[in-house]
Amino acid sequence: MGRYIAKRLLLMIPTLLGVAALVFFMLRVAPGDIVELKYAGSGTFAPKEAIERERAQLGLDKPLAQQFALWIAGVARFDFGRSMWTGRPITEEIKIRLELSLQLAVMATIVAILIAIPCGTVAALKQDTWVDYLVRTFAIGGLAIPSFWLGIIIILGFLILFSWIPPLTFTPFWVDPWTNLSQLIWPALAVGYRYSAMATRMTRSAVLEVLREDYIRTARAKGLWERAVVAKHGLRNALLPIVTVIGLEFAFLIGGLVVTEQVFNLNGIGMLFVESVTRRDYTMTQALVLLVACAFIFMNFLIDLLNAWLDPRIRYQ
Amino acid sequence: MDTAFKKRLSPAIAFGLQRPLGAAGALVIVLMGFAAVGANVLAPFDPLENDYGAMFERPGKAHWLGTDAFGRDVLSRLLYGARTALWIGFASSLLGTGLGALIGVSCAYFGGRTDLIVQRFIDILLSFPLIVLALVVVAVMGSGVGNVILAISVPMIPRAALVVRSSALALRQMLFIEAAVTLGAGHWRVIFRHMLPNVMAPCLIMLTAFLGQAILLEASLSFLGLGVAEPTAAWGLMLRGAAVEFAERAPWMAFFPGLAISLAVFAFNIFGDSLRDALDPKLRVF
Amino acid sequence: MQRFSALTVAREICRFFALLAPLALAGAQALAADAPRLGGELVFAVGETPPSFDGHRETTFAMIHPLAPHYSTLLRFDPHNYPKIVGDLAESWSFSRDGLTATFKIRKGVKFHDGTALTAHDVKATYDKIIFPPEGVASARKASYAMVAKVEAPDDLTVVFRLKNIAASFLANLASPWNFVYSAEKLKKDPRWYEKNVLGSGPFMFVEYAPGSHWIGKKNPQYYMPGRPYLDGYRAVFIRDTAPRVAAVRSGQAAVEFRGFNPAARDDVVKSLGDKAVVQESPWACNLMVAINNEKKPFNDPRVRRALNLAIDRNEASKALSRISVMKYIGGLYRPGSEFATAPAELNKLPGFGKDINAARNEARRLLKEAGVAEGFSFVLKNRNVREPYEVTGVFVVDQWRKIGLNVTHMPQEGGPYFNDFRQGNYDTGIDFTCEFMDEPDLYLLKYLSSDKSPINYSRYKDPMIDEYYDRQSRMLDIKDRLPLLRQIEKRVFVEQNYQFPILWWQRIVPHSHRLKGWKIGPSHYVNQDLRDVWLAQ
Repeated sequence: MGRYIAKRLLLMIPTLLGVAALVFFMLRVAPGDIVELKYAGSGTFAPKEAIERERAQLGLDKPLAQQFALWIAGVARFDFGRSMWTGRPITEEIKIRLELSLQLAVMATIVAILIAIPCGTVAALKQDTWVDYLVRTFAIGGLAIPSFWLGIIIILGFLILFSWIPPLTFTPFWVDPWTNLSQLIWPALAVGYRYSAMATRMTRSAVLEVLREDYIRTARAKGLWERAVVAKHGLRNALLPIVTVIGLEFAFLIGGLVVTEQVFNLNGIGMLFVESVTRRDYTMTQALVLLVACAFIFMNFLIDLLNAWLDPRIRYQ
Repeated sequence: MDTAFKKRLSPAIAFGLQRPLGAAGALVIVLMGFAAVGANVLAPFDPLENDYGAMFERPGKAHWLGTDAFGRDVLSRLLYGARTALWIGFASSLLGTGLGALIGVSCAYFGGRTDLIVQRFIDILLSFPLIVLALVVVAVMGSGVGNVILAISVPMIPRAALVVRSSALALRQMLFIEAAVTLGAGHWRVIFRHMLPNVMAPCLIMLTAFLGQAILLEASLSFLGLGVAEPTAAWGLMLRGAAVEFAERAPWMAFFPGLAISLAVFAFNIFGDSLRDALDPKLRVF
Repeated sequence: MQRFSALTVAREICRFFALLAPLALAGAQALAADAPRLGGELVFAVGETPPSFDGHRETTFAMIHPLAPHYSTLLRFDPHNYPKIVGDLAESWSFSRDGLTATFKIRKGVKFHDGTALTAHDVKATYDKIIFPPEGVASARKASYAMVAKVEAPDDLTVVFRLKNIAASFLANLASPWNFVYSAEKLKKDPRWYEKNVLGSGPFMFVEYAPGSHWIGKKNPQYYMPGRPYLDGYRAVFIRDTAPRVAAVRSGQAAVEFRGFNPAARDDVVKSLGDKAVVQESPWACNLMVAINNEKKPFNDPRVRRALNLAIDRNEASKALSRISVMKYIGGLYRPGSEFATAPAELNKLPGFGKDINAARNEARRLLKEAGVAEGFSFVLKNRNVREPYEVTGVFVVDQWRKIGLNVTHMPQEGGPYFNDFRQGNYDTGIDFTCEFMDEPDLYLLKYLSSDKSPINYSRYKDPMIDEYYDRQSRMLDIKDRLPLLRQIEKRVFVEQNYQFPILWWQRIVPHSHRLKGWKIGPSHYVNQDLRDVWLAQ
C-alpha cells in the first residue's frame, strides 16, 4: 500500500508541472498586457516610459524561459509571488477567497448527497414507474437549468417577495454562524441541485446494477426484508461509483463556480479566476490553476484510495 | 405489449415505446432542428432589425413573444437562436468527441509509452474546470462563433478520450484486431477501419451528453461576455444584461430564452440517457 | 434728554422687529429643515476592487470611492457649486502679475492620521511625486502638469508653483480628486509606500480592507474641520456584477452606489424603496464615440467617414438608448451643459446632428457611392465586452450603418485585445470612450490631437491645425477667448474631417436611500467623494 501511495504521489509532480507549463505559456500567448490594461482602462493617458518601467518591475521584460524558471523555483519553495494587479502576496489574496469557496463546495456536496442518494435509490427501486420518471426529470432539471438563471431568479424572488437579499459580505462560520449560513445556503442549494443531477443518475444506475447481482437475488430468495437487503448489501457496493463521481467534481466546485459567484456576489476563487484572466494577471492565474489542479489530482488520489479500501478486489491489482 | 410484436416494429419505434422519456427528448430535438433549419421561413421578423418604436412590447398580436430592449422580435430571435445553438453545439461536440475518440483509440492501440505520455496530457487538460479552460481559450483566441466552438470543444477532448480509451482497451484484445494486424494492416487502417467504428456506441452517447453541455457552456460564456457577440441571435446572449435588468417589467425577455435552453439541454440529456440504457447500460460517461 | 413720543417708540420697536423678522424666518427655516445628524455607518457599493491604493497612479473609480475619504487635497471643487474651485488644505492662494508664479497658503494645524503634522513640505513632496516622479514610480496624469517648472516650499505653510507658461487648466488640475496629499516622510523612505498603505489627513481613518470583499473607514477625530465628518464611519462593499449591486441598493443593504445606475436599475430601486428612495440625476462627463482607422481604405476618404457620421440618428438614439442605458445627451466635442459646449441651435447645423435623418442618410448613401464604396460593403466594428453602454451602443451603431447599406460585424473584445488592437491600428472602426474628471477642453481634446502627439488618439491621423489651435487655447485664461478656437476645432472634426466623433454623452443616475444626505451629484463620479459633508438621517 505504501508503495502505491508513494508512486501516485510521485506521478502527481509531472502532471502538475505540465499544468504549470501549459497555463504559463497559454496566458502569454493571449494578447493584452496588464500594465496597459490598468492605464488604458479609464480612457486616461499614461506615458510610455511609465508603462515600460512598470512592466520591467513586474519582470515582464525578461525572456520567457527565465520567467518560467524563476516562477517554478518559487513554487517549489511554496512562494507563489505577488499578484501583478495588486502587488499583494498571492497566498494572502487566495486565502480569503479559499475559505468561502471551500465552505461552499462542502455545503453543495452535502446538499447533493442529501438529494442524490435517497432520490436515486428510490428511482432504482421503482424503475420505469412514474416515480422513476419524476426523479429522473427532476435530476436532469438540475443539469438543464442554467445556473445563472436559477441564481437570478432566486435573488429576484427574495427581493420581490421579502424585500431582502442574502448578506453581501462573507462572515466566517465561527464568527457568526447564522449570517454565514444565510449567505451561503442559497448558492449551496443552487449548486447542490445541479451537482446532484449527475450523482442521482449515478446512484440510480449503480443501485440498479447491484440489484441485478446474484448475491442480492440470493438474499431476496432467502427472504430477508427488502429494505435491509438494499441498505446493507446494495448500497455499500453502489457507493463506489457514487463516491467517485462526487469526489471528481468536488475539486471543480472550488474554481469552477464562476457564474454562480458572480450572480450571488460571492468573493470566491471563481471570481478571482475570471478577474485574473481578464486582467492578464499571470502570476495569479498560474497560482489558481495550480491550486485547482492540485485539488483535482489530490481528490483523484483520495478516491482511488477509497476505492481500494471499499472494494478489496481493486486492492490486490 | 408482447415481445413478439415489439420485435416486428422498427427499432426506433420500439425505443420510443419502451422509453417514453427518451422519445419525448428526441421529439424536442427534432422540433429544435426544424426551428433551426426553417428559421428563415418560420421567423416573422428579421432577428437583427431594431425597432425603437416597439421596445419592450408585451407578447401580443404583432409580436407573439414580445420584443426586447431594441425592439427586436423575441420569437424570431428564438428561432434563429436555435440555429446558433445547434450549430455551436454540434460543431463543438463533434469536434470534441471526434478528436477525443481518435486520441483515445490511438492510446489504446499504441499502448506503452505513447499511452503514458498522452495520458499525462489528458490528465493535465482534465485538471482545468470546464469554464476556466474555455475562458483561457477565449482570452487567447478572442471571441466570436468560431473561437467559441473551439473553446467549448477543448475541455471535451480529454473526457471523450478517457471514455473511448477504456472501451478501446477491451477492443484491442479482440481477435479480429489481432487478425488485421497479423495480415499486415497499417496502424491507421486498423484504427480507422476496425477500432473506431466499434466504439461508436459510447461516442454517440457522449455526443448527446456533450451537446447539452455545449449549449449550456455557450450560454454561460455569453453571459460572461466572452461568447457569441451581439447582435447575433443566441439564447445565452438573450439572457445577458437587459433581460435581467428588466426581468420584472418585461419578464418575457428572460423567460423564453431560459426556457429554450433548459428544454434543449433537458432533451439532449434525457435522450442520451435513454440511448445509453438501450445500447450500453454499463457505460459510465462522466 | 430727548422726549420720545409713544408713536416714535412704537415705530422704532416695529422697525427693530422688522429687521429681526427675516433673521427669525431664516432661523425657523433652518430649524425646520434637516440639521446634519451625527453618527451612523454609511454602507455603499463599489463595482470593482482597487488595483492599488495610490491615487497618483490609478485612474479608476474603484480606487477613488473607497480611498478618497482618507485623504485631503490642496484644492477641491465646491460640491454645491461645481466647477467652482475652493481650497481644501489651501487656505488661500494668489498668482503673480505675470501669472507664472502661484503661491498657496496651507492651513495650520492639519494632522495626518498618525498624529504627525501636515506642512507645506508634504504638499511639495506630493506634487514632486505627481509631476516629477522618481524612477519606478508611475504618475498617470503627469502630462497635465507640463506647464510646471518647479514646486517649492519656502516655509512650513507656503507652497509655490513656478510655471513655464500660462495655462488655463493649471488651477483646475490642482483640484484634481486624484491628488491625495501624502506624507513627505513616508515618500522619502519609500516613494511606492502608498501603493499598499494608507496614511492621509482626510475625514476618515483606515480600518480594514478584505480583498475582494469590503473596505472600512472610521471617523477621524482630529479632522481639521470642526464638527466634521458627520458619519461615524463607512463601509464600501465590492459587488462586481450589476444585478446584485442593484439588489443591494433595492434591499437597503447598501445606501447608495456612487458611480451611477442605468435607467432600468433606477426604476427598480424606486419600485422597491418607494418614497424611501431619492434619485439624483446629472449629465456625465463621459461619452462613447466612433473611432475610425484613418489609415485604412476606404476610411482614409473623408466622404466615407462623413457618411458614417451622417447615418447615425442621434435624436432617436437619445430617446431610445436613454431608456436602456446611460447614453443620453446630444453633444459635440465638449460636454453638453458645460460652459464650453456649443449651443443646440449651432450644434444642429453640424453634420450628424440635423433633425432630418432621411435626408442625412440619403446624403450618406450618395457620399459612399461617390467614394466608390459598394452596397453591402463589409467591415468590423470593434468594441469592449462591457454590456452597458458599450455593447448596447455597438448594436445601435451596427443597425444605423445597416440602414445605409453597410454590412457591419460587431466584435466585442476583452479589455486586453481591445486596447491592443486600437493601439496597433489593427481595426476598421471601433467604439471608443472618454471620461474626464472635469470639464476642461485640454482634457477632452487630448483625443483629437495628432496621433504622434497624443497616445490616446487611436484614429491615426495628423492634423496640425487642431494641434495649433489646442496649444493656443490652452494658454488663454479667459473663456471668451478660448470659445472661438474650440468651435473651430469642433467644426474641423464634424464638418470637414470626421476623423472620429462622439455618439452621445452619458447620463449619471444615482438612486439612493432617502437617509443619505449631504451628497450632491455632479458630472464627474471621481469628484467630491471624501464623504465629509455626508450624513445619515434617521
